Amino acid sequence: MKRIYIREEYCMGCRLCEIHCLVQHSKSREIIKAYKGEYPKPQPRLIVEEKGYLSFALQCRHCEDAPCLEACITGAMYRDRETGAVLCDEDRCVGCWMCIMVCPFGVISRNLEGKKVASKCDLCMGEETPVCVRNCPNEAIVYEEKT
Amino acid sequence: MNYVIIGNSTAGVAAIEAIRECDKDGRITVISDEPYANYSRPLISYLLAGLVSADKMPYRTGDFYKDNRVELILSKRADRLDLETREVILQDGKRVPFDRLLIATGGIPIVPEIKGINLNGIFTFTRWIDAERIKKYIEDNGVEKALVVGGGLIGLKATEALMELGIKVTIVELADRILSATFDKKASKIIEDALSQMGCRLITSNTVVEFSGEGQKVEQALLRDEETVPADLVIIAIGVRPNVELPVHTPIKVNRGILVDDLMQTSVKDVYAAGDCCEARDALLNINRPIAIWPNASRQGKIAGYNMAGVRREYRGGFAMNSVELCGIPTISVGTTDPSALPGTGPEGEYEVLDHLDENRAVYKKLVLRDNTIVGAIFINDIDRAGIYTGLISDKVDVSSFRAHLLKEDFGLISLPKEYRKHLVTGEAIEI
Repeated sequence: MKRIYIREEYCMGCRLCEIHCLVQHSKSREIIKAYKGEYPKPQPRLIVEEKGYLSFALQCRHCEDAPCLEACITGAMYRDRETGAVLCDEDRCVGCWMCIMVCPFGVISRNLEGKKVASKCDLCMGEETPVCVRNCPNEAIVYEEKT
Repeated sequence: MNYVIIGNSTAGVAAIEAIRECDKDGRITVISDEPYANYSRPLISYLLAGLVSADKMPYRTGDFYKDNRVELILSKRADRLDLETREVILQDGKRVPFDRLLIATGGIPIVPEIKGINLNGIFTFTRWIDAERIKKYIEDNGVEKALVVGGGLIGLKATEALMELGIKVTIVELADRILSATFDKKASKIIEDALSQMGCRLITSNTVVEFSGEGQKVEQALLRDEETVPADLVIIAIGVRPNVELPVHTPIKVNRGILVDDLMQTSVKDVYAAGDCCEARDALLNINRPIAIWPNASRQGKIAGYNMAGVRREYRGGFAMNSVELCGIPTISVGTTDPSALPGTGPEGEYEVLDHLDENRAVYKKLVLRDNTIVGAIFINDIDRAGIYTGLISDKVDVSSFRAHLLKEDFGLISLPKEYRKHLVTGEAIEI
């Protein structure tokens, strides 16, 4: 499957990926409304890690052998049959945070506004390329199929 | 190939998926003594509280069994195993032949032999039917006061559900604190304080010696110290033990749970066991012991399924881990959380503890280290990215080079050594 690959040596820590991710996962998909006027407040589905000159954007790895799928007690976490992506059906999620306990990348976060649910990267379902990748000015994250 | 799975919960379902992944044609039969096609046991407290509706109880949706071509035998108990003829004998005498068998019969709640234990209004709380019966009993009898015996995870989730229904709850716990199996003292204290604030009464270092009531219904419990606690509903939650009723009179070796090797095979060829009924390897303590938790059952069922279908996969061992919201407080506990409470594992000196307690925000983080690897963790309130630590525990990563960063606010994959970080960040698939 196509995955997002991280090339940390190219990351400048500009956080454009984070902004575009948040907007993409907002109701309005407009930056000002997304940041200033939506409830529940949308949150980015990726994490930018930064330390000194080193930085990288990290999102769900959509693992082949995904521990979150095994740990989910509601069936909310599932693998999309067509794309192979690991997705969370927020309607089924009860916020037990088992997925957070077992994700070794620490890329599932709690969405605490409104219904408490696990929040994670969905590879921008429906988009040709996830918006974080599309808007990265230095190709520090790429979306490709490796064999 | 004729696969038979006894038990239709976490381990059984995981096994179905693994078998079907490798063997499209084999015949899979699942036997369950419950009437439901599929449901999530941990959700029963949510169901009782009215937070989850009955249609959300299944964690595999409607067509799961059809899509995987599973023959379901429901509401029938597997009574006996005939290992000579390779058959499972059901309660109605019907024989189900197998080539490969998986025993995934789960756990049985422990019920103490106390005077009055058979009175109406006294329940255990591990199955859907328990939640249904409790709900009905509450409605029929206008229950106002409940007693929960046992302050472990099941007891506390039951408490939470009852309080959600407006019932006044008292918990009586034999140990000197709640959650003594998964938490340390500081963590227990945070949840104890939250429970009291919500109006729940907590009685520790005490136990029930007798239940009584006029007629057939429970009305009160007499405690060891002679105090009488009024209760028109009682939930017994003092623990579960592996259900080993089936193999106990067979050559299948059983200790506390069914003994299995790294392929999840029992001492009898072609007979496998997985989940709460078995004793698989504890990767941290390096002994075989039952660890009755969902992720392990799921993993073990999957491994058993692969091996049953002839694809060799080894179980790398599991360890205790729980993620539970209690009184609205998210908590995660992993591995050895309280070395001082471990019997027979040597002096506490072998272990080192890093911790951070912010009493005002009720945030507590603790890591337990041994030989420069993390072997246990507790997170209360701030649980974000806890899985990174679970990964370090699972992979037995030497943390000496980044120890100082371990409990920092900005701890992340970036804090890890480059080699390990690269492995994690660019790795496509991970094995846990």
